[in-house]
This record gives sequence, C-alpha cells and structure tokens, in this order.
Amino acid sequence: MRITTAICALGLMAGAAQAQTMTMTMAVGAPVTSLDPHFHQLSPNNAVAQMVFSRLVGTDAQSRRVPDLAESWTAVAPTIWEFKLRRGVRFHNGSEFTADDVAFTIARVPNVPNSPSSFAGFVRPITRVEVVDSHTIRFHTATPYPLLPLDLSNVYMLDRETHQNATTEQFNAGTMAVGTGPFRVVSHANGDRIVFDRNDNFYGEAPGFARVNYRMITNDSARTAALLAGDVDVIDQVPTADLARLRGDARVSLAEVLGLRIIYLSMDHERTGPSPFITDNDGRPLAQNPMKDIRVRRALSMAIDRNAITSRVMEGSAVPSGQFLPPGVFSHVPGIEAPAFDAEGARRLLAEAGFPNGFRITLHGPNDRYPNDGRIIQAIGQMWARVGVRTAVEAQTWTTFVARAGRQEFSAFLIGWGSNPDGSHPLRNLTSCFSRERGWGNSNRGRYCNEALDNQLITAMQELDESRRERQLIDIQRAVFADQAIIPLHIQTNIWASRRGFVVTPRVDESTIAQSVRPATMR
Amino acid sequence: MSTTTKTPVVAVETPFRRFVSEFAASKIAMVALAVFVFIALIAIFAPWIAPQNPYDLAVLDIMDGRLEPGAIGGGGYVHWLGTDDQGRDMLSGIMYGLRISLLVGCGSALLACLFGATMGMIAAYAGGKTDSSIMRVVDLQLSFPAILAALMILAFLGKGIMNVVIAIIIVEWAYYARTVRGSALVERNREYMEAARCLALPPRIALFNHLLPNCLPPLIVVGTMQIARAIALEATLSFLGLGVPITEPSLGLLIANGFEYMLSGKYWISFYPGIALLVTIVSINLVGDHLRDVLNPRLKK
Amino acid sequence: MQSGFVLVAMSLLVFLGVYAVGDPIEILISPDADQEEKERAIRALGLDLPLWQQYLVFVSRALQGDLGRSFVFNEPAIQLILQRMPATLELAFGSMIIAIIIGLPLGLYAGLKPDTVASKTIMASSILGFSLPTFWVGLMLIMVFAVQLGWLPSTGRGDTAVLFGIPWSFLTPDGLSHILMPAFNLALFKISLVIRLTRAGVRETMLMDYVKFARAKGLSPTRVTFVHVFKNILIPVVTVLGLELGGTIAFSVVTETVFAWPGMGKLIIDSINVLDRPVIVAYLLMIVVMFIVINLIVDIVYTLLDPRVRLETKGT
Repeated sequence: MRITTAICALGLMAGAAQAQTMTMTMAVGAPVTSLDPHFHQLSPNNAVAQMVFSRLVGTDAQSRRVPDLAESWTAVAPTIWEFKLRRGVRFHNGSEFTADDVAFTIARVPNVPNSPSSFAGFVRPITRVEVVDSHTIRFHTATPYPLLPLDLSNVYMLDRETHQNATTEQFNAGTMAVGTGPFRVVSHANGDRIVFDRNDNFYGEAPGFARVNYRMITNDSARTAALLAGDVDVIDQVPTADLARLRGDARVSLAEVLGLRIIYLSMDHERTGPSPFITDNDGRPLAQNPMKDIRVRRALSMAIDRNAITSRVMEGSAVPSGQFLPPGVFSHVPGIEAPAFDAEGARRLLAEAGFPNGFRITLHGPNDRYPNDGRIIQAIGQMWARVGVRTAVEAQTWTTFVARAGRQEFSAFLIGWGSNPDGSHPLRNLTSCFSRERGWGNSNRGRYCNEALDNQLITAMQELDESRRERQLIDIQRAVFADQAIIPLHIQTNIWASRRGFVVTPRVDESTIAQSVRPATMR
Repeated sequence: MSTTTKTPVVAVETPFRRFVSEFAASKIAMVALAVFVFIALIAIFAPWIAPQNPYDLAVLDIMDGRLEPGAIGGGGYVHWLGTDDQGRDMLSGIMYGLRISLLVGCGSALLACLFGATMGMIAAYAGGKTDSSIMRVVDLQLSFPAILAALMILAFLGKGIMNVVIAIIIVEWAYYARTVRGSALVERNREYMEAARCLALPPRIALFNHLLPNCLPPLIVVGTMQIARAIALEATLSFLGLGVPITEPSLGLLIANGFEYMLSGKYWISFYPGIALLVTIVSINLVGDHLRDVLNPRLKK
Repeated sequence: MQSGFVLVAMSLLVFLGVYAVGDPIEILISPDADQEEKERAIRALGLDLPLWQQYLVFVSRALQGDLGRSFVFNEPAIQLILQRMPATLELAFGSMIIAIIIGLPLGLYAGLKPDTVASKTIMASSILGFSLPTFWVGLMLIMVFAVQLGWLPSTGRGDTAVLFGIPWSFLTPDGLSHILMPAFNLALFKISLVIRLTRAGVRETMLMDYVKFARAKGLSPTRVTFVHVFKNILIPVVTVLGLELGGTIAFSVVTETVFAWPGMGKLIIDSINVLDRPVIVAYLLMIVVMFIVINLIVDIVYTLLDPRVRLETKGT
C-alpha cells in the first residue's frame, strides 16, 4: 500500500518533470483571427495553418519550395501542371488524403462565405482540375503559368468527407480544425491562446513537444517581459529596443535571419500638377509635382543615411537595401547596392532640378504597423531637412493611414511589403501600372507606371524556364530602380527570442510555428 | 459663498482677502503653489530657456540618440538628462512637453468644467424633461468609451494638440455635469434655495449666485482630479498612438516612447518625463485640495 | 424610450464614425489582392451598399436580435463579446473589491485624524494614485513583480474553473495569481478616488450639526463614526463607484492591452484596429445598455441612502 503510494508519487513526479520538458509556450505579437485556413489571408493565420494543415508544396525556413503533400510536380505541357501526391497520409481523424481532397480544396477556396480576404487569387489561374488517379492530379491553366507551385504553397489541404459543409465557426471552435499537419488543436480561446497536441501519426519530422501553448501577447514590452519572467519560452517580433538587453542576457538566445519584408518610401507619381503635401519654402503650392523629376527622387534617396537608420533606429535588426529582395533569393538583382549616403550629391541634384533652396514636404507614415515606423520617418525628416528639403513628419494609425494612402492623398509616405521569394511578386503589386483588368498594381499607392516594363513582366510571367525567367525579372527590376520608382530603405531581420533549453530555427517568411522550435540537447 | 457665512464681516476684510489669508495659512499648499508657478513659468518660457528646440527636426540628429544623462552630443552642449531615440535633448523635451501637457490638461479641464457644470446645474434646477434629456446625453457620453470617442474624433480631425483638447472635453464634460447635478439636487432643497424661490429670484441669479457656490466644493475635487485625468488621458492616447503628433511630444508621449527602452536599462527617456509629470500633477492636486478646504464654508471653524 | 433613443444615436454615431475612419477592406484584405478580389470582399461584407442602406439592414436585423457577424472572425458579434465578458467582469469586480478594501479604511482614517503624519502620507500617496498613467504603472508592475522579483506571472489569464457554465479564473490559485496585478493596476485610480471621497465625506460630515449633536449626546466615537458618519459618506462613494464600475468595464482597454488580458476591452481595441464594425457596434450597444442599468441601480441605492432625494422625487 505504502509502496504503491510511493511509486505513484514517483511516477507523478517523473511525469510532471517530463511534461515540463515536453510542453512549450510561445507568445506571438500578432493575433490569430481564424482557424479556417481559407477564411482570412493573414500571416498569423497562415502560421497556425502550417501547424495544423499541410500544403501540396511546402516552404522550408529559407522559403525554398519543398515537397510536402506533393512529392513532385512538373509542367507536363505548357499549360498543364501535374502533381504526384504522397501516399499513406491521414487526417487527424483517420480519413485518408487523396487527389479528390485536393480537388475539393481547390473548389472550396474561392467559396468561403464572408471572407474578408480570401485565398481565391492563388487558385484563380487554374481553369480545370483533373484527377488522374487517387494520387495524381493535374491543373490546367489558360496560359503558361510558372508560378503555380509558389501559389499553391499558400493553399492548405482539407478533406472532402470531413469538411464538406464545415463553417468557419466550426473551424474556430476547433471541431473542424482537422488537418494533416504535425499538431492537432486542443482548444482555442479567441485572441488569447490556442493549445495544440502533437499529431503522433504525422508523416514528416516529429515535433519536439507533446503540447504547445500558443499565446497572443500584442503589447511588445509585455511580450518581452513574459519571456524574461519565464512565463513563455519563445517570443516572436522581438522589439528592437529590447535587443541590446536580450543579447546580453545569458538566459535568452536570439534567432535571427534576414527576411523578405522591404520598408520603402512611395512617392506621388500620379499628379503632374501640384502635389498635395509639397509646397515652396513660403508655403505656396508648386505648379509642378517635383516627384515627377527623377533627379528629385534620386536626391531624396541619396539624402537618406540608411546605415544610420538600421544601426541607430533599428538597432541592427535591418539591412539597408536598394531593391526588393535580399541576396540569395531567386531574382535578387546582383550589383544594386543600397544607395550610398551623399548629402552633397543630393543638394547638387536638387539644384540641377531647379530647387537650389529645396522645398517643403510632409512625409507620412503609420506609427503602429512596422517596427519603429514612426521613428524612421522622423529620422528621414532630419536627413531631408539637412539637404534643404524642409520636412514635416506626420504619423497616423494604420487604419487611417492605409485608407488615405490608398486614395493617393499623400506626396510621400513610408510603407512596407512582404515579398514572396520571386521578383514578379513585388513587381506585379508595387511598381506595375495600376490595372483592374490585369489585377496588377494592387499596392501601387504612388501609381508609378511604365507600360514597357509591364509588357516585359507579362512575358516573364509566362516563361516556364526558371533561369530565363530569373534573368528577365532581374532586367525589369534593374529598370525600375534606375527610374527610382520607389525609394527602398531596408529589409527587416526576423527575430525570435527563446529561453535556455529551446532552440529556434529562424524563418525567412516571418511565420512563428512550433515546428521551428526544438528542445536544446541535454548536456 | 458669502451668503452662507454667518460670521459678521469685518469692514476691511473682503471675501477675497480672507480667502487669500486662509489659503496662505497652509505651508504645503503654498509650497505646492510655488512649485506649480515655477513649472508654469518653465512651460511658458521654454522656447527661451531650453537648450534646443526639440520640435525642429533639422536640429536633431539620430546619431545623438539615446545618449546618457550628462553626455555631450553633436551640438557641443551637455545633455543633462540625456537624449531620446531621435537625439532629442530630454531637458528641452520635458520643458516643451510641459507646455503641451499643461495646455491640454488645464485647457480641456477648464472648458469641460465650464460646459459640464452649466449643464448639470440647468438639469438639477429645471428638473423634469430638461433634466432627464440632459442626463440621457450624459449617460450616452459616459457610456461611450473615452478611447473610442477620442479615436473617432481624432480620425475626423487628425492628430494634433487642439484636437486632443476637443476630444478630452467631449469625453469629460459629462463627469462635471453629473457631479454638479448630484450635489445641486441636494442643495436645491435646502432652506436658502427655498427662500430664493419664495423671493421669486430670477433662475439665473438663483443658479449662479446661490446654487453654484454651494456646489463648488465637489466640483473643485472633481476638477483637480480631471486635470490630472486629462493629462493622463492624453498620455494614454499617445500610448495608443492617437495623441499629439510624434514630432511634438507631450510628457505623456515622451513617457510612452521611452518606456520601450525601460527593459534595456535606458531609464532616463521615460523616467525624467515621468517625474516631471508627477510633480506637476501632485502640485496641482495639492493646491486644489487646499482650495477645496478653504472654499468649503462648512469646514470653517 | 429615452434609452432606445440613446441606442439609436449610438449605433448611428458608430456607423458614421467607422465610415469616417477608414475602409475595413483596405485593412483586412491581403495587400496583393487584386481589384476583383477586393470587390468580391466588399460585396461579401455588405459594404457595397450606400451607408444608409447598410444602417437599415443593420437595424432590421438588430430588431430580430441579430447584431451582425464579425468581419474578422465570421462569428456573431454578440457571441464574441459574451465569450470575452467573464474575463472583463472578474477583472472589474476584482479591482472594485481591491479599491474598497484598501481605500475605505485609509480614507476613514485620514478623515478622522486629518492632522497625523500617517494621514498626510495616505493623502499624498492617493495623489500619486491618479497622477500616474495606467499603462505606465502596469508596465512598472510587470517590471518589478514579474521580471525582477518573479513573484507573479507577467501577463495573460490563468487556469479557469467552471461555475454556472462559465469559465472563471478567480476560482483557481493559478488564475488568482494572474488576476492580482491587472486588477490592482485597474484599481489604482479607484483606490485614490475612494480614499479622497471617504476622507472628504468624513471631514464634512463630522462638522455637521447632527454629528456634533450626536457627539454632544455622549455617543461613543465608534458609534458616531460607523452609524452617523459612515452612512452619510456612503452616498458619494456609492455613486462614484457605481459609475466607475461601468467605466472600468468599458475602459479596461489599456490594462487589458498591457497585461494581454483576453477580455472585452482588448477585443474592442483589436476590433477598432481592423475596423470590425459589427463588433464595435455590438460592443457599444451592450455598454450603453449596461450603463443604463448601472445608473438605474445607482439611483435606487442613492435614493435608499439619502431620504432627501427620495422625498424630492416623490414630490415632483
């Protein structure tokens, strides 16, 4: 009797100790809004979807495409992609994954009711789905479409039997959050936390933890404090202000990688007449929009000391850039460096453009969207003022800012863009002409437009030969930056911090997923 | 207040003189008043005495950012209280910040008080339909979360000091209205008001000469609190990114900006503005507190 | 009917307000979505109709008890709010209790013995209580008690236990340890308020004729304090605390943001950030209803405590 009690107690203790090492708590800075993987295209939602569901084409930590539910894919004809599916994959509820489920998923994606931001764009190029056999599927497109595998790396696969009539509410409640991924949902408290258990039947690498608490702590300081207090093991979006302290703290280690998010300035390319926030030095509107003059755009770019911003304001968590994509990524342009800081040259260019004494401008930006966004525009205001462009700085909340920027109300503003690892993505969205028919220029809020470059882009986007396509994309980007369509500032570093005992593999795509975290090997 | 004082008034002593001498009797209140006057003077003369104009981006340099107190920056002078992330001299920042915080706090509290108290008294005196419709509006006002009201007002008007003042007035007037109505409801049934009614005094005189002075003590308590509250609310709005423009930080925004650096040990960015805010509010409150004691006829011995 | 008017006015203001602030689609939609996709989303959320039609649709549904579905969560707005309500309620009541437990005795003492050093210290600290911005104190509390000392968990809500079918965190030790700091943070302002109101009330009442009379009659100081004085000072304290309860529930936004407390306040801030209009409207309407109820209760209690108000009400 007594012995059994003792054994039980021992067992309990051992169990407790084990559970402690096997449970991991992570805190994220951006709230997850839905567990329905097709409802709202939002990075936090996509991260959680990566834990519960899987895609045909996966992405590794470097954002390279890797086989996931599909073992291989080839363009069997210019307009037909064929995907070979992995065998023996089962959903959390035991249902088998087959080509029919892929067809079901592709059909569901554009038809999720009330979706504020659907995934429809990723499947729109598909004109017909052809189930060849239980584990082979073909997608037909209208024109050659090399980006299909990239697009499908955003589409999470569901099960026809399980999800036939599943509603977003049922996903959110956890009952329908049934996927093929490494974790299953135990509970979901909206905006607070999600609890996951390991899926022991996962086909891929087994996760390092039996249980994961996924908490949402949106306040930056509170997130760092929670880590320092030991309430959570891993945090993402480490505030730059805390970097110095965390780097010096032996209990904490940081995992950093250069990401795909570019922070840049956009300028008014639309108006040839007066631009709303640019005046001469006496406050009178200028007859011509100076932003139409390449010399002015280049001068404003040269006047910015990017190294000062990345070292002082960003505290080393960003790298100056002169283009969309960081080195090492497909279609990064070799030879375009971050423009060097040259105040003298900037003044000279401004004088050449007819502004020897500069002009006045208001630089807009959000103050709650990107790390240090409000601080960056103030720093740029200082730098522009030194070359004679008297700059007022106005920061607004994102809700107000983005609506006004979308209506072309500003003359110059700071904004960011998270790219897919393919130059066509930023080109298509940021610098191609705004066109409803093509569906391009969607985030081109400065309305830069160069038809010739757009035509080149159309060709590139139908080029199935990867190396030829890369060369074409590089040429277009070179032209875009030679014309200073935007003023790139820096590319952000993605940073995670973890307590001793946990190792994080940093991800280029910013997503915070439990698969990236491993227990540190015991010594 | 003279109406309720029963002590015979000595010929040379006017109510104001008596008030001054009574107020001066408290050392703490006098010290607080002196501190407040000192702070107000700093705020008023900030542009002439501050080492730097912290609102002029052209004189700031991020390379001077986050200097420790006592360090010498690119401008060649000592930053006694350090600099913030933009290279803003904290001493100058605090002086200018005081200007804005005081302007926002006192301005909005005063205007809100004026409006709120008038509404409250009208409600209590008139009663009936007028009372209930004013109090409906008060309820509506009080039930509208301050943050949201402020967000919407500031979205309509844009960020800015005047807009923050307007937002705070709209958010706070109802407190005064409710307080004044509450005590006026009690007061209006006292004998002196009945007497005023019997004498058929015009409502304006009954209200302002007789009712108002007797509603003052609670109003002053609320008023001092509301100045503090207005300053804190402005700070909170700034914390949420909706307050004064980031290029013209108030004390609240300086604290909010600096707080991000607290965990990394750069305490001065947040700490010194915090102290300035504290001293300001405490001195205002001490003065208000004592004013209340002096102004309350029933506390007289 | 007047309350009904308040509700209509409020919903109208919110509709106009959200409309003026920005476009929910701009915020919710993925930045690479094309125009076609944007238009689809606008139609899906019913934002393609003119504003007055949107409002009419809302009103007709609201009359049937449907306050709309959240743009973000695609769940009924009212359901979202009710899910978050227990967390906020326990926080608000927790802070209320802390305010009374700490504030009332201190205020009473400061009022009865106004000239002692202890009283002056109490009053000075009460001034500190409402001088400091809530967010700053909250972060300070986290710094000291969670990060430096490690006594209390820094953020979030702890384990919950079910009572009346609702999960409450104050029923578990872990939950209590989580609620302590945010509740205290939220209570700080109210503690000062209670201290000051109590003290002011006591000092004023002590000079009233009936108290003087009671003392002259030779009643014990305890009896005078607790029967005569206490009853009188309760009026302003009850009024203000009652009003503050509604305020606390509505305005716990900052504390909930700082402490990552999953309550209604955090929901409303998140909803404002993404302009989730149905949630904003539903939340505000609920707050208005709550306030009307609270005011009613306060008025009733007030009447019970002060016979003069009761007589007056009957008279008119």
